[in-house]
Amino acid sequence: MTDSTVATNPAQVAATSAVAPKLTVRDLHFYYNGFHALKGINMDIPEKKVTAIIGPSGCGKSTLLRIFNRIYAIYPKLEAKGEIVLDDENILDPGYSMNRLRSKVGMVFQKPVPFPMTIFENVAYGIRHHEKLSKADMTARVEQALRSAALWDEVKDKLKQNALGLSGGQQQRLCIARAIALKPEVLLLDEPTSALDPIATGRIEQLVEELKNEFTIVIVTHNMQQAARCSDLTAFMYMGELIEFDGTEKIFTKPGKKQTEDYITGRFG
Amino acid sequence: MSTIYLRRRITNWLAMGLSMLATLIGLAFLAWILWETLRQGIGALNLKLFTRITANGGDGGLSNAMVGSLIINFIGIAIATPIGVLAGTWLAEYANRTKLGESIRFLNDILLSAPSIVMGLFVYTIIVLPTTVLTHGSTTFSGFAGGVALALIALPVIVRTTDEMLRLVPSTLREAALSLGVPQWKLTLQILIRAARSGIITGVLLALARISGETAPLLFTAFGNNYMTVNPIDKMSSLPQIIYQYANDPGDDMHALAWAGAFVVTMFVLLLSLSSRLVLSRNKVSHD
Repeated sequence: MTDSTVATNPAQVAATSAVAPKLTVRDLHFYYNGFHALKGINMDIPEKKVTAIIGPSGCGKSTLLRIFNRIYAIYPKLEAKGEIVLDDENILDPGYSMNRLRSKVGMVFQKPVPFPMTIFENVAYGIRHHEKLSKADMTARVEQALRSAALWDEVKDKLKQNALGLSGGQQQRLCIARAIALKPEVLLLDEPTSALDPIATGRIEQLVEELKNEFTIVIVTHNMQQAARCSDLTAFMYMGELIEFDGTEKIFTKPGKKQTEDYITGRFG
Repeated sequence: MSTIYLRRRITNWLAMGLSMLATLIGLAFLAWILWETLRQGIGALNLKLFTRITANGGDGGLSNAMVGSLIINFIGIAIATPIGVLAGTWLAEYANRTKLGESIRFLNDILLSAPSIVMGLFVYTIIVLPTTVLTHGSTTFSGFAGGVALALIALPVIVRTTDEMLRLVPSTLREAALSLGVPQWKLTLQILIRAARSGIITGVLLALARISGETAPLLFTAFGNNYMTVNPIDKMSSLPQIIYQYANDPGDDMHALAWAGAFVVTMFVLLLSLSSRLVLSRNKVSHD
């Protein structure tokens, strides 16, 4: 605990003391066409835990998440500086293969976006790009992914139907199945329930609870109760800075910073 | 309070009344055109129209012109579709928001509004004239040249619709596919084109409807032929060109044939438009 970076960020000490970090963010800055959106983020995201990122709109939480798989790079004029270490390698290194990164770090988006194909093909599509599987293996793999996403029982009789016919909640679980079918190590969820009704939201939260046994999960959410319900650690961000990062219980009961407390208690944001 | 409410109701009523009137005027002309072509051409709308050729004159039919139209239109669409879809895809997926892309999109819009006779003269200059060398000076009008002229008219329509339909596909779909590690070309071919498929098909059908009524580009290219031919390097007849020719003829029987031809073309275009609507509504893909 004498490391200088840790010492300057006491929040991190408590957050990361128990488990080895899966993702290590070091002095991360991000610029949108010159606008300084993330200002020196440092955090250690532990393995096989659920880390929630909360904060008011525009605080940079989605931006941060979108750097973890470098999806931001498909748009021009965006720039990330600093380091994000995943398994001893800096994923922001231009030489780091995008193909490899995205097979290791899966992502689920705000709105469910099934591909315009069958339910089976939606899940098989990504696998097919990364691995050559026999027909039987593929079928087994798709079933396994759909089971993990708690969708199998609802779709097993209509795998050949168009995925766009599913309900919003089912579509979102299909997107989760599609992401975990690649057996990623990290799963990024960007406000995965903001377009869903309360029942569908409950199912997704329950699913997150189950998935953390296998994956390191980072979830961005607008909904503080959601963060409180389903995460082990919570990071509070404000105006592009990481204000506080600690165990979820601590953040919601005894936050260390005034700003965190104000946000949690609804005084702003 | 109530006077404001009354005023709003009157304004609403007026606006709706005017919109309905405008719609009715448009529809009335369509009905009138259909009715008039049917009324004038009914005398010639019989089996002979579809079985006899134009060489028989007033006692003939338009079979060679119908076959010619089908072949020329097919050539036009067959050339324009792959080029148009690829160019539209490039504009939407690879050159969107770049200077080059914007300039090409602008040039395409100019091509879209270019007079069709210019296309005919252009193809006359680049295909018909140069190929006379091969025939030792005799004329080389051909169905193929006509098809190329029509392709030049269909091309910008297809580019524009493909470009627009692809840009309507939500960017979240792109992000979702790219986040699986899928490369851009796979994303484009296997997901985006599929998502925009019905819109692209509609664009192609609309382009086909547009070129089926073109006369001017065919005058200097396909030229016309009073006999039946399916050989694309031969002079070829087409419905619009025959309508033009027969309408200038003094004979009443020729006029009736022209009207019947006009009715056939109009119905063909109408059915194409309807089927494109059908394609759109049947494959409606929503990402909301």
